[in-house]
Amino acid sequence: MSTAVTTIVKPEMPKKHFLNDNYGIRSWLLTKDHKRIAILYLVSITFFFMVGGMYASLIRLQLLTPNGELFQADTYNKLFTMHGVNMIFFFLIPSVPATLGNFVIPLMVGAKDLAFPKINLMSWYIYMAGAFFAMAALLLGGIDTGWTFYTPLSTGFVHTPVIVMGVGILFAGFSSIFTGLNFIVTVHRMRAPGLSWGRLPLFVWANYAASLIMILGTPVIAITLILLCLERGFHIGIFDPKLGGDPVLFQHMFWFYSHPAVYIMILPGMGVISEIVTCFSRKRVFGYSFIALSSIAIAVFGFVVWAHHMFVAGISMYSALVFSLLSFAVAIPSAVKVFNWTATMYKGSVSLETPMLYALAFIGLFTIGGLTGLFLAALGLDIHIHDTYFVVAHFHYVMVGGMVTAYMGGLHFWWPKITGRMYPEAWAKLSALIVFIGFNLTFFPQFILGYLGMPRRYAVYPPEFQVLNVLSSAGASILAVGFILPGIYFLWSLKYGEVAGDNPWKATGLEWETTSPPPTHNFHETPVVTTEPYHYGEKEGVPVGH
Amino acid sequence: MVTSETSTTEHHPALVHHFDDMEQQKEASTFGMWVFLLTEIMMFGGLFAAYLIYRLKFYPAFVAGSTSISVSWGFANTLVLLGSSFTMAMAVWAAQNRSRKQQVMWLIFTMILGAAFLGVKAKEYYDKYEECHIPGSFIGKPFNATGGPGCEKGNIAEEMQERARKTNEEIEREGKAKGWDEKKIADKKVAVPSDAYAVQTAKRTEIFFSFYFAMTGLHAFHMVIGLGLLSWLTLRASRGEFDGQYFTPMELGGLYWHFVDIVWIFLFPLLYLISRHSGAH
Amino acid sequence: MAEHTQEQAHPTPRLYLVIISILILLTIATWRIAFVDLGIFNPVVALTIAVIKAVLVILYFMHVRYSSQLTKVTVGAGFFWLLILITLSLLDYISRNW
Repeated sequence: MSTAVTTIVKPEMPKKHFLNDNYGIRSWLLTKDHKRIAILYLVSITFFFMVGGMYASLIRLQLLTPNGELFQADTYNKLFTMHGVNMIFFFLIPSVPATLGNFVIPLMVGAKDLAFPKINLMSWYIYMAGAFFAMAALLLGGIDTGWTFYTPLSTGFVHTPVIVMGVGILFAGFSSIFTGLNFIVTVHRMRAPGLSWGRLPLFVWANYAASLIMILGTPVIAITLILLCLERGFHIGIFDPKLGGDPVLFQHMFWFYSHPAVYIMILPGMGVISEIVTCFSRKRVFGYSFIALSSIAIAVFGFVVWAHHMFVAGISMYSALVFSLLSFAVAIPSAVKVFNWTATMYKGSVSLETPMLYALAFIGLFTIGGLTGLFLAALGLDIHIHDTYFVVAHFHYVMVGGMVTAYMGGLHFWWPKITGRMYPEAWAKLSALIVFIGFNLTFFPQFILGYLGMPRRYAVYPPEFQVLNVLSSAGASILAVGFILPGIYFLWSLKYGEVAGDNPWKATGLEWETTSPPPTHNFHETPVVTTEPYHYGEKEGVPVGH
Repeated sequence: MVTSETSTTEHHPALVHHFDDMEQQKEASTFGMWVFLLTEIMMFGGLFAAYLIYRLKFYPAFVAGSTSISVSWGFANTLVLLGSSFTMAMAVWAAQNRSRKQQVMWLIFTMILGAAFLGVKAKEYYDKYEECHIPGSFIGKPFNATGGPGCEKGNIAEEMQERARKTNEEIEREGKAKGWDEKKIADKKVAVPSDAYAVQTAKRTEIFFSFYFAMTGLHAFHMVIGLGLLSWLTLRASRGEFDGQYFTPMELGGLYWHFVDIVWIFLFPLLYLISRHSGAH
Repeated sequence: MAEHTQEQAHPTPRLYLVIISILILLTIATWRIAFVDLGIFNPVVALTIAVIKAVLVILYFMHVRYSSQLTKVTVGAGFFWLLILITLSLLDYISRNW
């Protein structure tokens, strides 16, 4: 699509694209188009983000006062459990892969669809089945065991719908397995001619690595949850100390998945950041192979550190030593990425559009979150800060400051490609700023609270901690505004947003070479790749290949 | 081989539009099945890991539990399942090289063997039910390995003591026949477990049986799904859908079935053959 | 996409018969050896035979012998990851009383 240089032609929406190709609810619910499935996921996970967010608001309201005047302790247990379960299993884990990944990966590899479109649709239905059970658990009062379901509390002592929720998570897990399977086969077998592994966008590498974790780790939590449900339902004795069972075994099996799960969550986000940083620095990414291989390294190393969640659970000193050492090692590939992104920006032509604002926020906040992880990996220090707000702050820095920020950046970056429309830039920048301020105000005080000894999962706290808690709750209300605004303006942009055109960001990558929104079959002709990725700055800032 | 994207050459009816040709479709599908089997390895693997840890922790109880399940049936079932892997491999070969009649025949053999396996498992489960060895207390007969009312057949505590006594009697006999002195005979004899120890170990077997039912149950569940898959394949084969050009569903069905067989290959020694040499049937 | 060489491209019924015979013999061996007291080596022998049987099924019945490098790596990866789970968990339990 060449445009004349002298006159600027306003871009027009393509006549036929994947959104208007077919109408009616059946064409959406029975679609095999990865782009439509991505949107189905987008709607579902946004719903769960709101559910999780609602629980978060209630938590922060409770913690405004030290004496817990709002909720009883039993109810408070349900609040933080439901917050965690909904956010982790029904929002974070599917977030980037199932929405952005599903949409963009086939485009990035030049394919017409993922390898198994029917399985893709099935994975959404399985997710919805899980969502059904999760909502059922919510309506039945919610569970109160902590998102970690430690036994024997969860198997023998609580009277909340643990099995119902367990089944829901089981289904959500299978959904993620099938997504991962689809991505792996697609990347191996459906790349366009000329698209070697060394030319793949880093977003693809990141999702590929995350998919490896999905397929290798999720089955273990599946069997763990099955055993948990059997134990709770039939008292068979596998984790019951009265019958000789070992509660720590549950923790081993649980964390074998749940630690790599955090890498499932963050790796796709890191992939987004790689794409954004290079585009908005107008510069080829620094150290492409290092970033690509570090994703794989994180996926592999992520599997051998799980017991750092169990340092004070009663594991042997020697295994604690081993896991501590390995946990330090796993930080290295992440650090490599941070250095490389920074080096990419150095002497680049940086512009501060909204996606870049989120990417910059990510780099800073993820670094803080990651470094505090090292504090926790140190055995002696962990004894002091384990199960305190320090941990809560750490994982919110990486999960929200990292992952959600990257997700927001990715949504803004690819929104024009998905919808054909631009979001309102001024409002978006304002929201990004509000999110940044709100986030830090919410979670930075929590590092201090944790260090001072405030335990997590407590409905009450000593009065001397109130000031920091009030700051945190104030931050949360600001953060909420920061997340609500995009909800509004994204929807607004669907009708009133400026038409984006094929490549509003002048970015490289196959997805930008097709229309916005793309046609149902993605490309009118199978693209052939002849250039290296991120060939910015080669022809007066215009990507080669146009 | 069909050349790439443009649709001037005619498509095999089974080619889906997002693949360039049948070769790519076959490779992608096969790889996809292997990735899926990888997830199954990890799922069963989780159970195996937990099993190993408890076996180390409660070895005598695991021995006692293993002794109380029938090694003959386990052995027979292993042969049955291996046989079904053979017939499945033949079915896949027939899909490429032989008529639909042969394909259907091999598939039906496989299903018969699979059903036989499940039949034997049902019998074994029923035996355990009669002996009150089903863990927990949800199915009428609560777990009882110490011979409570209605559970006399499954008195593991007594069996342990009985076995030790029998072993000692045999050693006596052997010793007398071979002219060993008293000390040698006494050294070879095994300790007969005290009542307290036998009862405690018998109670611990509930964990063994939890794993027995969890592992064989999960396996049986996969076999049932496998039988469903085989029925569907039989239907497609009878319609003549498979030939040398296109037999991928058979190949994938075969991969799944062989995987289920491999799980059993490990289950048999792990569950049925724990310390059998200490004298049980 | 590698081309398979003609000679070993596809297994034959004859090969399958050989494999199943070996599998049956190995199963009988496992069963009989279980009744012989080899002390600590009983489980070792039983599992070794099981591994051999599994490898035969994987290579020949599941055609991995004739498959791409990718397939072979995938199978290897599965068992390797299982080893990670088993070894590192066992590391805790075994070293608790050191």
